[in-house]
Amino acid sequence: MDTIFGLSPTLFWTGLFVITTFGLYIGIAIWARAASTNDFYVAGHDVHPVFNGMATAADWMSAASFLSMAGIIAFSGYDGSVYLMGWTGGYVLLALLLAPYLRKFGKFTVPDFIGDRYYSQTARIVAVICALFISFTYIAGQMRGVGIAFSNFLNVPIEIGVIVGAIVVMFYAVLGGMKGITYTQVAQYCVLIFAFMVPAIFLSLQITGSPIPQMGFVGNAQDGTPLLLSLDRTLTDLGFSAYTEGTKARIDVFAITLALMVGTAGLPHVIIRFFTVPKASDARKSAGYALAFIAILYTTAPAVAVFARSNFIDTVHQSEYSVDVRRGEATAAEQGEGATPQWFYNWERTGLLEFTDKDGDGRIRYAADPEVNEVTKLDQDIFVLANPEIGGLPAWVIGLVVAGGLAAALSTAAGLLMVISSAVSHDLCKKVLFKGMSDARELLVARLAAVVAVLIAIMAGIYPPGFVAAVVAFAFGLAAASFFPAIFLGIFWKRMNKHGAIWGMISGLTVTGAYLIHFKVGFSPMVIGITALVLALAVFVLHLGASQDSGRRLTPFAAASALLVLTGLAAFLGLFPGAAAGTPEDWFLGISPEGFGAVGMLISFAVSIVVTLATPAPPAEVQAMVEEIRLPSAN
Amino acid sequence: MTDTSRAEIRRAEHKAYWKKNLTLMGALLAVWFLVSFGAGILFRDWLDQFSIGGAPLGFWFAQQGSIYVFVVLIFVYAVVMDRVERRHGADDQV
Repeated sequence: MDTIFGLSPTLFWTGLFVITTFGLYIGIAIWARAASTNDFYVAGHDVHPVFNGMATAADWMSAASFLSMAGIIAFSGYDGSVYLMGWTGGYVLLALLLAPYLRKFGKFTVPDFIGDRYYSQTARIVAVICALFISFTYIAGQMRGVGIAFSNFLNVPIEIGVIVGAIVVMFYAVLGGMKGITYTQVAQYCVLIFAFMVPAIFLSLQITGSPIPQMGFVGNAQDGTPLLLSLDRTLTDLGFSAYTEGTKARIDVFAITLALMVGTAGLPHVIIRFFTVPKASDARKSAGYALAFIAILYTTAPAVAVFARSNFIDTVHQSEYSVDVRRGEATAAEQGEGATPQWFYNWERTGLLEFTDKDGDGRIRYAADPEVNEVTKLDQDIFVLANPEIGGLPAWVIGLVVAGGLAAALSTAAGLLMVISSAVSHDLCKKVLFKGMSDARELLVARLAAVVAVLIAIMAGIYPPGFVAAVVAFAFGLAAASFFPAIFLGIFWKRMNKHGAIWGMISGLTVTGAYLIHFKVGFSPMVIGITALVLALAVFVLHLGASQDSGRRLTPFAAASALLVLTGLAAFLGLFPGAAAGTPEDWFLGISPEGFGAVGMLISFAVSIVVTLATPAPPAEVQAMVEEIRLPSAN
Repeated sequence: MTDTSRAEIRRAEHKAYWKKNLTLMGALLAVWFLVSFGAGILFRDWLDQFSIGGAPLGFWFAQQGSIYVFVVLIFVYAVVMDRVERRHGADDQV
């Protein structure tokens, strides 16, 4: 094989792209240093709507969107639509219902809005807890993604990959805050969209003859039949369900789509991006640009999914497997017609693909029936990662895809880091604990909080909690069931008061959290213990706010906190029997945990409204504030 | 004109602005619901008898069409609201 400076071409180009892009991000960070808290939290309210749109798109599209989504759709066909509609439709809610008003409100964070609108430190703290919880669950997956990209492509251990990635993020988040993050995210968007589109365009050309993947999606295969139709036929012949049909119940598809849309609109790292534009009217436009930039990837992904699945079956199913090529003693090109393509062997070496010759005929058989299926491992990420090789593209394209995946993961991690840092320094320290804190001191605390958050994220990336997939469902479910109802009602219903908001958020979180834990991981003694300790900490922090609201110490909180700690310890000692995870037959109305955020949201809305109506209206100045944020102009 | 009557006119303008905002929002959200939950989920079986290129229409809405409409909806809202706000003296243009 040819080598460049003694490295394989793939390794050379990957290394080159990764080092260049990382250097670029760091350079931008040095250029965009934050001098004040205003710079650090909201980039001085001075970001152009188009740039904010790009930054939001990068912030939003995570390692999962870039690497896994096309693969998930390729395997699930119509069912994958929930992600496509869910993760884009939320921007309509954001642009119409939340972003312009939150921008007009003009502060720094989501807990800022909740705390001021509901004239309550308790509500502020509930919001801080939600924001921290959502962001930490989400960031763990991003750091893991960085580690995996490094270990698969640059031959470094996952741990080192996680640490290198984290240090880069820390560098520009700590130095530049929101200002640094914004402009690095703009660069990251350009890298990731280019990296996603180049292989997609070549794949589309190769399979459908059209250079535009979205046209190829509705186009014909080389033999002249519509691509989707022939994929449906091939899949049903192999025993799979038809691609355009899907297997999920309709109510579940509906619920998941709704939960993801509302969850998207309620995710704090997305919302705070709209604090950075100059005016309320810019927030609307910026949401439009953001969705347009996101849509480029999101309408290409389902096309890539169809191309990849069709191509996989065409070239791999019934192909002649060669052990010599597997050993590296020959190349696939030498094996002639009908041989397994070279990329299959390459990816088999990484462990993402696996072939077991069950019937011993030397051919790969791909089928739905696990008894006869010989592709015994088929990782969903393969469909994006292997695209450049499937399309026969040069080695530098592979390097580009890796740099793109890293850009997607780092940009999302940075946005989450910002939420964590501002929740601690601004909402907790400045607004609750040390009210007289100076601007310079607050900036220092914000930077320290970012450093600590990175360290926690490194730990989470190296020792991922065993249920990473469940954790992302958590983030969306909790955002849908807590932030969205509280912010929406706070803007559109003047009568909404603090009692409604607090109980609405708590009930939405509790019900959704319990359902997710029950069906995703089960209440084992370990899970009960961890949950109790997390709750104990939450109750303790909540007490800080509640005691400021009422002006006295509140013993019930302390007692509840202590009781929870004891419960947690008892659970660790095995004093509770624990319960296994629930099965799909027991799902409420047939709604899966992923979709339960929609139910949690409805519960949160109902509780908020009932409790509000049973308690006094908010003070006149709060109602005046609502009037004020509804108007883009100064009143 | 006295200050109080001027303030009253302003308040009436702002009320009219808010009402128009809510109407527009309702209309756009109805479209939002129809293209995604409607065309992509609830009525997709019926829509699938039609096709766009080689794709069944309901399936196409679920994986492509709804997203295009979402983008258009936001820009329509941004442009129309700019105009509504200017007309009612509620805009933030400086």
